[in-house]
Order: sequence, then structure tokens, then C-alpha cells
Amino acid sequence: MSDSVCLAVNGLEKRFGGVVALTDYDIEIRSGELVGLIGPNGAGKTTVFNLLSGVLKPTRGTIFFKGQDITRFRPDQNAVLGIARTFQNIRLFNALSVKDNIKAALHPHMGCGLWKTVLNVPGYRRSERRIEDKSREFLDLLGLLEVENEPAENLPYGLQRRVEIGRALAVNPSLLLLDEPAAGLNPNETEDLIQTIRTLHQRYNLTIFLVEHDMRVIMTICSRIQVLDMGHILAEGDPVSIRKNSRVIAAYLGQPESSAHA
Amino acid sequence: MKRIPLHQIWYFVFVLSGAVFVFIARSTFNEYILSIINFVGIYIILAVSLNITNGFTGLFSLGHPGFMAIGGYMTSVLTFPVAKKAMFLELPGWLSHLALPFLPALLIGGVCASLTAFVIGVPVLRLRGHYLAVATLGFLIIVQVLITNWESVTRGPLGMNGLPALTHLWWVYAWVVITLYVSWKIKFSSYGRSMLAIREDPLAAQCVGTRLFRTRVVSLALGAFFAGIAGGLWAHLVTAITPASFSLVLAFHIVVMVVVGGSGSISGAFVAAVLFSTITELFRPLEESLDAYGIGEILMALILILILIYRPTGIFGTREPGFLTAKST
Ligand SMILES: Nc1ncnc2c1ncn2[C@@H]1O[C@H](COP(=O)(O)OP(=O)(O)OP(=O)(O)O)[C@@H](O)[C@H]1O
Ligand SMILES: [Mg+2]
Repeated sequence: MSDSVCLAVNGLEKRFGGVVALTDYDIEIRSGELVGLIGPNGAGKTTVFNLLSGVLKPTRGTIFFKGQDITRFRPDQNAVLGIARTFQNIRLFNALSVKDNIKAALHPHMGCGLWKTVLNVPGYRRSERRIEDKSREFLDLLGLLEVENEPAENLPYGLQRRVEIGRALAVNPSLLLLDEPAAGLNPNETEDLIQTIRTLHQRYNLTIFLVEHDMRVIMTICSRIQVLDMGHILAEGDPVSIRKNSRVIAAYLGQPESSAHA
Repeated sequence: MKRIPLHQIWYFVFVLSGAVFVFIARSTFNEYILSIINFVGIYIILAVSLNITNGFTGLFSLGHPGFMAIGGYMTSVLTFPVAKKAMFLELPGWLSHLALPFLPALLIGGVCASLTAFVIGVPVLRLRGHYLAVATLGFLIIVQVLITNWESVTRGPLGMNGLPALTHLWWVYAWVVITLYVSWKIKFSSYGRSMLAIREDPLAAQCVGTRLFRTRVVSLALGAFFAGIAGGLWAHLVTAITPASFSLVLAFHIVVMVVVGGSGSISGAFVAAVLFSTITELFRPLEESLDAYGIGEILMALILILILIYRPTGIFGTREPGFLTAKST
């Protein structure tokens, strides 16, 4: 795998009015890396993802993706460049079928414009076929073929998480941002998820940046972990050193004096 | 040999029986019944096209009659006989000597409505939900005011009378078929899925690469095109056009059709349009004889309330009846 820099973030800051959600945030991720982002509730993890995907604009700092400055880009521009994400609170196209959720995500990348569609030109029919084939590839990969015609809102939680991952893959990303993909999953489903992430990582040559509270997931699949606390980077390193880091332990368990009462 | 899919046979059956119906209707029914069937067709065009804007992309627009008025007036000015133009209107030179056949006049009317949608879309589509509804309502009122005051071209509140009676069943139902075809084609295409995705979750849609603003403008303009066509058909059916015809009440009628049919459902918009416009037209003579105007409206509002309580997603939800859609195997 290449050693080129996929993502380079420098001095990122995000304020909401008076609230400083994130300050002095830096990270560099090389292509093909699988990096974890952890931290207590409200640490700013989702804010990082919102900034990277273009959902929010930073108040300071820069974001470079494969050498290109994308600091002020819109989410759709970032998606076309190859940044895809999932959401902590699942956001599917609820009334659409599972298959159409994935097809909708394929449209910006392989779909036809309005004229070609209405005039039903051969190019349009070809593109519909390619979209159909591609959607089946992802449905198959994520084990969603049996429910492909179900409206997404009817699926159980675990399957909805998978649809969201499938939809993100349909963007044909090189960087995949997963915001708490294991939240709400039972241990079996979590085990499946770990396998799925590993498979995707290899098969699609993905760079993956992952927010997760489930330490098992983080510790088993990430080669590097960054810890956020109250908008600051608290620590960064490999899983073993993070596990032993006293500041990380303190941030998670609260201050030593308060943990004495627990 | 390739087998023709069942749903395509159904489309064929519908279009053919429609054509047979139009053919028989024109030689059997009297003028009054024919005009009702014409109005029903125009309402189908209006509801099915508003369904593209409101139902597919989720833009709650009340501006449909505004686009209809633009198309209607444009078409009327273009088809108005040259002799009458000289008598009633003060048009710029080239326009006063021009009287176009119906089809080009209709198309120009539709395109003008559509262009207007692009122009107003830029400010209006930055708004969401209730704000968008209010802004499109504002647009509708502005159109009415402009038409009322631009007397040299529109004859103001008097409106234009004595338009050639060009609209008949073939015109109306050909446009019904075109409107249905276009929105059906879109709904079951990649482009349409991205419209529906915007309706379901704009942010998530944007994060998979959908160009929100552009897609929203296109869907407004597409709805506006057919509204403009419907306006032209309407004017040449009534053979008169006044600003008062394109009112908020009309907007209400069309929106109710879309909501009751099920936002996003083409079949729903179609069925609701047939149902409601038939009710309104049938109740009109009753209202007149009883001197009790508004029975139709009350009935419509009642049905709307009942649907919103007992079936908030409308008759069809966002779907189409199974036999009309291709089953992927
Ligand atoms: N849109 C917003 N407006 C105002 N404040 C916000 C907004 N989004 C996040 N915040 C604030 O920024 C801080 C960081 O929030 P963020 O959602 O990034 O935390 P998180 O690390 O993802 O937490 P969790 O583990 O609960 O998901 C919090 O204090 C939060 O209240
Ligand atoms: Mg979060």
C-alpha cells in the first residue's frame, strides 16, 4: 500500500457561538491506514467528522485531502472527491428501499442527467444497468440481498447500520468516516461488523477513520488511535500505548478523587 | 426472443384505453360533460406535475398556480388573433403581428413558466419547510399583482376574453400522457432516486454527493413547465383568462390532491385529481341551484382532514401499485 498522505488537518477549530467544540486539532492519515478516534461524550468527535465531510465549516485551520485544500468544500464536493461517511444517529432515506438507498448514492457518480433520462437514450439505459449491478455488489457484500426491497425504516437497527455503510461505499470513497458504527449492536453483530470493516478495508483499498465507544472494536482493528477530550487532542498512538496512557484513563474514568468515591 | 414485461403491457393498455375513451367521448358526450372531462385532465396534469416538486423532492410549494398563470397568459398572448390584438392590447410591434399555432404557443408558455422557476428558485429555494411555503405563496401573489397591473399586455383585472377555443380532449390527454410518462420515467430512474433522497434526508443526500440546490431548482422548474402547459390548456378551454383564476384556492386544490394521493405517488396524484376535480365539477350545478357555494370545497377539506388523521401518508404513500412497477428479479 502506498505511503502517500490521504488526509492532513492543521490547527482546526470549531466554535458554536461561545462554545468551543474543537481547538488545535491536527491529524495526518496515510492512505490505507485504519485510525480510531475516541473520547468521552461531548469530546468533539462527531464535530471532527462534520468538519471533514464538509457538513460544518471550521472557524480556523485547514483540511487537505490528497494534497487538495478542501477546507471550504461542500459535502457533495467532498463526496465526489472520495470522502464518504456514516452518521452516529443513522440517517437513511427511510421511505426508500434498501436497494434504492444504495442506488441513490450511486447517482452522483454514475447516473445520467434529466434529459438523457426522459429521452431514454441508450447511454441512460446502460448507466441504469451499471448502477443496478453495482448496487447488487454492495448488497451482496453486506448481506442485504434478502431485504433489498424493504423500506429502510422497517429494518432492525443492526441492518440499518449496514445499509448506511453500504450507502457510504457506493460513493466509491478512498476515505471512509465511520461514526460509532457499533453503537446499538449486540456482541454478535459487533463481531460481524469488525469482520466487515476489515474486509472492506482490504477489498476497496480504503483509508478508514473510525469513531467508536466500543473499545474492543477500536483496539482490535485500529493501527493508531487518537484521543479527544473537551475539544483537545489528549493523546495519540498505537492501541497498547493508549491503553496504558494515564491521562486517557483519567479522562475516561473521571478525576482520580471522584473515581475514589465510585 | 425477449418477453415484454407485464408492467409495460399495462402502460400500453392504459394509453390505448385512454385513446379509445377520448375517441368515443368526443362523439357521444355533450359539450358540458366534455368540458368536465377536459378539466379533470388539466387537474391531472397539475397534480402529477406538482407531485414532482412537492412529492419527489419534498419542496412544499404553493406557487403552482403562479406558474400556470405565466404559461396561460403567455400562450394566450401568442395565439390571440392579430386583429383582436390590435383592438384590445398594446403589444410591442413584433408581438402584435404574431399569432402562433397552439403547440408552439403552449411550449413557449411552459418554457417561460420554467424559466421563471429558475429565477425565483435562486432566492426561494434557500428556504425550508414553512418558510418555503410562505415564499412561494408570496410568488403567487406577486404574479397576480403583476398581471393585474400590466394592463397593456394582460388587460388587467378584466382578463382576456374571446381566446380561440383550441383546447379539446386530444390536446389535454396527450399532455396527461406526457406528464405521466415524464414523471414516471424520473421516479424510476437514478435521477428520481436522488430527488427522493433529498426529500428523505437532504444532509445525508448531500453527503453522498447529491447537488442539493441544483436538483431542487430542476424539480421546481420541471413542475413549473407542466403547470405552464396546463395554464395554456385551461385558457383555451375556458376561452378566457383572468388573474383571479390563479388563486390560492387553486393552489390549495392541487396541494390537497398531492397530499391525499400520497406525496411522491404518481398514481396517488392521478387518482386524487380525478376524484376531487370530478367532485368539484359535479357539485357546481348543485351549488348554483341551491345558491350554496362552497359545498365542493367543504367536502374536499373534510376528505383532507380525514386522510390526514387516518392515513397521514396519503392513499398510496409514496409508492405505486405493484402491478405497474417492474419487479426486479
Ligand atoms: N450544531 C451544534 N451546535 C452547537 N453545539 C454543538 C453542535 N454540535 C456539537 N456541539 C457541541 O460541541 C461539543 C462536541 O460535540 P460532538 O457531537 O462533537 O461530541 P462527540 O464527541 O461526538 O460526543 P458523543 O460521544 O456524545 O457523540 C458538545 O459540547 C456539543 O454540545
Ligand atoms: Mg458523536
